[in-house]
Amino acid sequence: MLLRIIPASMIVRRPHRMIERHIVAYKRQWLIVVSGFFEPLFYLISMRAGLSDLVGKVSMAGKQVSYEAFVAPALMASSAMNGAIFDSTGNVLHRMKYARIYDAALATPMSPADVAVGEIGWALLRGQLYACSFLGVMAALGLVDSWWSLLALPACALVGLTFASIGFASTTYMRGWTDMEIVTTAMMPLALFSATFFPISAYGSWSWLVQISPLYHGVVLVRAANAGVWEASLLGHIAVLVGLALIAIVIAARRLDILLRK
Amino acid sequence: MTATPGAFRVASWHLTAYRRFWRMNLLSSLVQPMLYLLGLGVGVGSLVDRNVGSADVLGSVSYVAFVAPGLLITTAMALGAGESMWPVMGSLTWQRGYHGIAATELEARDIVLGHCTWMAIRCGIAASAVALALSCFSETRSWGLIPGVLVAILVGLSFAMPIMAFAITAKYDGAFAGVQRFLIIPLFLFGGAFYPLSQLPTVVQWIAKVFPLWHGVVIARDFSFGDVDWVGVAGHSAYIAVWIVAGIWVAIRRLRGKLYP
Repeated sequence: MLLRIIPASMIVRRPHRMIERHIVAYKRQWLIVVSGFFEPLFYLISMRAGLSDLVGKVSMAGKQVSYEAFVAPALMASSAMNGAIFDSTGNVLHRMKYARIYDAALATPMSPADVAVGEIGWALLRGQLYACSFLGVMAALGLVDSWWSLLALPACALVGLTFASIGFASTTYMRGWTDMEIVTTAMMPLALFSATFFPISAYGSWSWLVQISPLYHGVVLVRAANAGVWEASLLGHIAVLVGLALIAIVIAARRLDILLRK
Repeated sequence: MTATPGAFRVASWHLTAYRRFWRMNLLSSLVQPMLYLLGLGVGVGSLVDRNVGSADVLGSVSYVAFVAPGLLITTAMALGAGESMWPVMGSLTWQRGYHGIAATELEARDIVLGHCTWMAIRCGIAASAVALALSCFSETRSWGLIPGVLVAILVGLSFAMPIMAFAITAKYDGAFAGVQRFLIIPLFLFGGAFYPLSQLPTVVQWIAKVFPLWHGVVIARDFSFGDVDWVGVAGHSAYIAVWIVAGIWVAIRRLRGKLYP
């Protein structure tokens, strides 16, 4: 009965086939995957070596902490965003329009929803790889307080899920490579103004504007995990991210159906 | 048209292709530095300027004023580098525009010098856009932005030409992500744009000084603060010029090898 209500394109049965394909494809290009880890690492080291002295102490969760301790969780969240977005926009665009991998996938028993979920799952897996290694570096630099910090990993997974879904959905509207410029321009304010590099108090009466950024909610979650401070308001932040992800996944599957089954 | 030197004819080929997407391009080269300035300059600046000890390190200027010239130069670096990787490989192996040019009376030297001319124009446009954004704020507004744009063009070329030489012989485009991640981004972060190089360990300082970025940032900063050491400017510019000339020379040789095997 349920199968009658949901359109065939929305049924998800074998998304893991998509992930399997990427693992095989990236076996020969593992260096590209590994090198993605260094970007947030360079940012963190640069902040620690150069800016930390200039900035001095910053107050976070009622404590005075060093600038790198303030920035590190935010960098972790924004690198989860970066990874998810680039995997789900540039790479997906290439696979959809130029390499035509999805046409090939749909010639098999896979549904458009399989493709969408599989792609988002792959972006998530890759993001988790970076998040784990970044957390390891943070621990090595003495920026991790307690075992609660491990919860930063699922928080990053949620950030990755939300942005991979949004990225995938918007890629289905892209005309070509030049539209990637819109993506990079749109990501920049998110990365800069999500209470990442300076506290939300710096915005004064404009702080409501920061709340619009999905990344801000992710940054709050990762910071809370890192500091081990738990509040009921965190549930609200989680709800925002999950809600956005669900909306985006539905849009993505619908659009793929239109694009690939014409 | 036949009277113009080959390099300009190649540059006009680039211009024709650029006509289709310049609007979006110009918008992002205006908006992106503006956002960086607001986020890093004003936002992080409020943290930095509040800290008493920071004034000595920055030479008693505000953090926004300190970062501004760095932003001008790094923008040109990123553009020069990015536009000399995938587009060069594309013209050589995917769309084969270079083969089309080589089929006329133009040759490898014209293609390389044409790319150089085109990059100078593009870096000039992007750096002017940044300068325009910077002149919107009283703290970063200065006449030094005008020579700063010229320095930005030089630095842009000093990355564009050697990277073009690299891109001509690169086997596959995966190598470009490596250049981006292990050269351009580290230089952006550790090249003296966001804090004085003296904050870093000596070894890192020397590595940063090998590449032309830091030299450009130093001159541009001198110009925007208004205390110019002309001998220093001459020395730094000469060093940047060496990179450009060497890049052009190697690129011409390699392109000849590729086009006429």
